[in-house]
Amino acid sequence: MTSPSMFSMFRCLIWRDLLLAWRRRTDVLATMFFFIIVVSLFPLGIGPEPQLLRTIAPGVVWVAALLASMLALGRVFGNDYEDGTLEQLLLTPQPLYLVVLAKVLAQWLVSEVPLVAIAPLLGLQFGLSQNTLWVMTISLLLGTPVLSLIGSIGAALTLGLRAASVLVALLVLPLYIPVLIFGAGAIESSVAGNEAQPYLFLLGATLVLALAFAPWATSAALRISLE
Amino acid sequence: MLEVINLECVRGDRTLFKDLNFAADRGTLIELRGPNGSGKTSLLRIICGLATPAAGEVRWQGKNIRALGEEYSGSVAYLGHQNGVKHELSALENVKLASGLSGCALTREQCQELLTRVGLRQQNLPALLLSAGQKRRVALARLLSINATLWILDEVLTSLDDTAIRMTRELISEHLENGGLAIIATHQELDLSVQRVQRIELA
Repeated sequence: MTSPSMFSMFRCLIWRDLLLAWRRRTDVLATMFFFIIVVSLFPLGIGPEPQLLRTIAPGVVWVAALLASMLALGRVFGNDYEDGTLEQLLLTPQPLYLVVLAKVLAQWLVSEVPLVAIAPLLGLQFGLSQNTLWVMTISLLLGTPVLSLIGSIGAALTLGLRAASVLVALLVLPLYIPVLIFGAGAIESSVAGNEAQPYLFLLGATLVLALAFAPWATSAALRISLE
Repeated sequence: MLEVINLECVRGDRTLFKDLNFAADRGTLIELRGPNGSGKTSLLRIICGLATPAAGEVRWQGKNIRALGEEYSGSVAYLGHQNGVKHELSALENVKLASGLSGCALTREQCQELLTRVGLRQQNLPALLLSAGQKRRVALARLLSINATLWILDEVLTSLDDTAIRMTRELISEHLENGGLAIIATHQELDLSVQRVQRIELA
């Protein structure tokens, strides 16, 4: 198998998933509105105290991002599993690692990038400064791919199970904790006027680790689930 | 070309089959028969490489399919109980994307030709609106688009009408004449005018 054709298959799979997401765009919009509503409920519930809002903003934004990405996990492999196209994907002449990577990348583009794009607007509700908004966006850009990558392991493991959505949450949320700590930490230190860079570097390191290992784990989980 | 050696399949605590041996060369049709629950689908999934056998191995051109990996899956086309057709996409998009994913991307015209060959006229309708038989036809067109040597077909004739059944028979015969290999699990009589047929009965 030559590498140009492998690349074209990779592109073809991403294109397929983006097309499917476009045909079912209500699913994608639902995730985004969930994120918007959860983040907006806090200023409404807690009241317009600027100092308090600035303190809770990092945690609120990141916890909402975690929950929203959980919502999208069932769709990564679920639909393909039900109609048998996942079997067909496993039988294509490309390494399963690349199939998984393409699917996770497409899922990130469809479900997470809109959240990252809307987050600065939501941050305004918490009275965050412009510098902090930048830090928040960068931390989300680095952290959300990790969520998609780790989440794909859980999604693959719970394929075809009855209580899949609950099980995914129990499996995946504990693994999200490092991302939550580093992501919220970056915004917190920026709010406090400190350097956010160390946290962002840590997030970057988690991303590299997740990129290297999560697709392998997901591939193995898919093989087990489809047995 | 394809060898099955001492294959054993266990489901739960029940042994479905044991010490199963057969070999087939190009141009051979393997007919797989047996009552419901005798392990036909399990055997096909093992030969695809989707499932692992409890013991024994499957060899393709002398090598274990586990070791061959993607090289093997490139020469296999599997049509199981599920069609593998995306409901949100039209028949044409389904075939075009499937061919692209298998590494031999076809043009729009070539895909239209394949779909016309399997007798599907509603090529631009979302597959959701097609009948069960029509979806099966899309799956057959996909099978043709991948250009594989080994066809693994599980109850391929279900929900097809008389014309489609005749057409499927022709497609299989043609595939075998062109040096392909096919394994078919079926309850119906296939009546193919092929010279080399191997029957395997699972108890």
